[in-house]
Amino acid sequence: MIALEHIAIHAGAFTLRDVSFTVPEATYGVLMGPTGCGKTTLVEIICGLRQPASGRVVVNGSDVTREPPGNRGVGYVPQDGAMFPTMTVRQQLAFALRVRRRPATEVAAREEELARELGIAHLLDRKPHGLSGGERQRVALGRALAAKPAVLLLDEPISALDEDMRGDMRDLLKRVQREHRVSVLHVTHDRHEARHLADLLLVMAEGCVRPADLATLGAP
Amino acid sequence: MTDQHRAGPNWPFWVVIATVTAAYLGLLLGMLAATSVHSAPRDLWRALGSPDIQYATALSLVTCTVAALLSLGVAIPVAYLMSRGHFPGKNLLDTLLDVPIVLPPMVIGLCLLVLFQTPVCRVIERFVPFTYTVYGVVLAQFIVGTAFAVRQMRTTFDHLPARPEDVAMTLGCSRGRAVWLVTLPAAKRGMFSAASVAWARSLGEFGPILVFAGATRMKTEVLPTTVWLELSVGNLEAAIAVSLMMVALAVAVLVAMRVVGERP
Repeated sequence: MIALEHIAIHAGAFTLRDVSFTVPEATYGVLMGPTGCGKTTLVEIICGLRQPASGRVVVNGSDVTREPPGNRGVGYVPQDGAMFPTMTVRQQLAFALRVRRRPATEVAAREEELARELGIAHLLDRKPHGLSGGERQRVALGRALAAKPAVLLLDEPISALDEDMRGDMRDLLKRVQREHRVSVLHVTHDRHEARHLADLLLVMAEGCVRPADLATLGAP
Repeated sequence: MTDQHRAGPNWPFWVVIATVTAAYLGLLLGMLAATSVHSAPRDLWRALGSPDIQYATALSLVTCTVAALLSLGVAIPVAYLMSRGHFPGKNLLDTLLDVPIVLPPMVIGLCLLVLFQTPVCRVIERFVPFTYTVYGVVLAQFIVGTAFAVRQMRTTFDHLPARPEDVAMTLGCSRGRAVWLVTLPAAKRGMFSAASVAWARSLGEFGPILVFAGATRMKTEVLPTTVWLELSVGNLEAAIAVSLMMVALAVAVLVAMRVVGERP
């Protein structure tokens, strides 16, 4: 579960005030809004990469507002994947578990499990510079899921992909969310994407976030 | 009415640019070629065999390497702060960091000399004597080398996206650990370039060393000091031999930087 309570922040050209919403447990929430309205800033606040001026961030029932990013139990997939440039795909998948000093056998098993699930087993020994956009996003998703977070934050994860790959990635995201039973907050400005994925639709405009009826997106 | 205007040819523009480039390159290569052929190779080899010059060469190589490593050790955190940090007075700090680059070299030496007359530095000198010692040579090289290393590292960090570091933090790292595990490995070519620039600058450092560490033979004499000492006693062969050796070292550093920088 992800809950923002009365979040306010002034950042550059925009101000967010009294932003409150909840994405219930095991729900796929989609946050829509025009470019530059502060969607990424909200994701960064939930991740802990930015501090709000006021308000609370609650993840799985715990107030994590003052917790550092690594203690919040969130997985984060940014738009371009933000690969670690010097690491192989295997090392990226293992990163969160190695940071937690988990046994090598557990790390290896998790690598294999994620690689199989995300269809990247053939890429394990490659470095990011040779990967396609879709492959990068799959690796970024696996890296975020490795430590089994309760919450997944996806910041426009498929908007940079070409149309053919988008469909596959949409299906993958939905499947992963259901199988892992994570709460997802997926940021996009694409109605088509939102229509296929959302259990819950949130719309951001003029510094506020409001729930919206999925029917406003039209039929899939 | 049709437009009668016709754009002029491009070739005069390229001719001017090529002429200016060729003239500058001609001056540069002419300088080096004239120096290279001025003396017989046999005389140059004999000059390089002198114990004074061999000591200066060894001291230069050691002090430049130590100064470059120290410069890199300081440049990494400073450049990271300047690249990723947002704080009041950042522009002022940025300007201050460039001071060693724009200060006349002799002034840097003089300032170091005056600094080590202060009570705090006198206490330090009881444990590590800097004035007129090899430690002073390293300190003088470090001051200027660091300013160049900071510039190089800042460019490196500016070109590396911050997002992977953010992701590493969400995966369980502190900021320091994220930098150590993700950013620094990605910055290794920049680190090599920064250390190389600091090393090359240190090799050519003369003014601050002369004023702060002196020019005592077999003690604080480094290669630029040798050129000056040999010229002052009229031994042109030795001055040229040492100068050519420094040119060779500088070219080697440049080539190494290019090779490392262009490796995929």
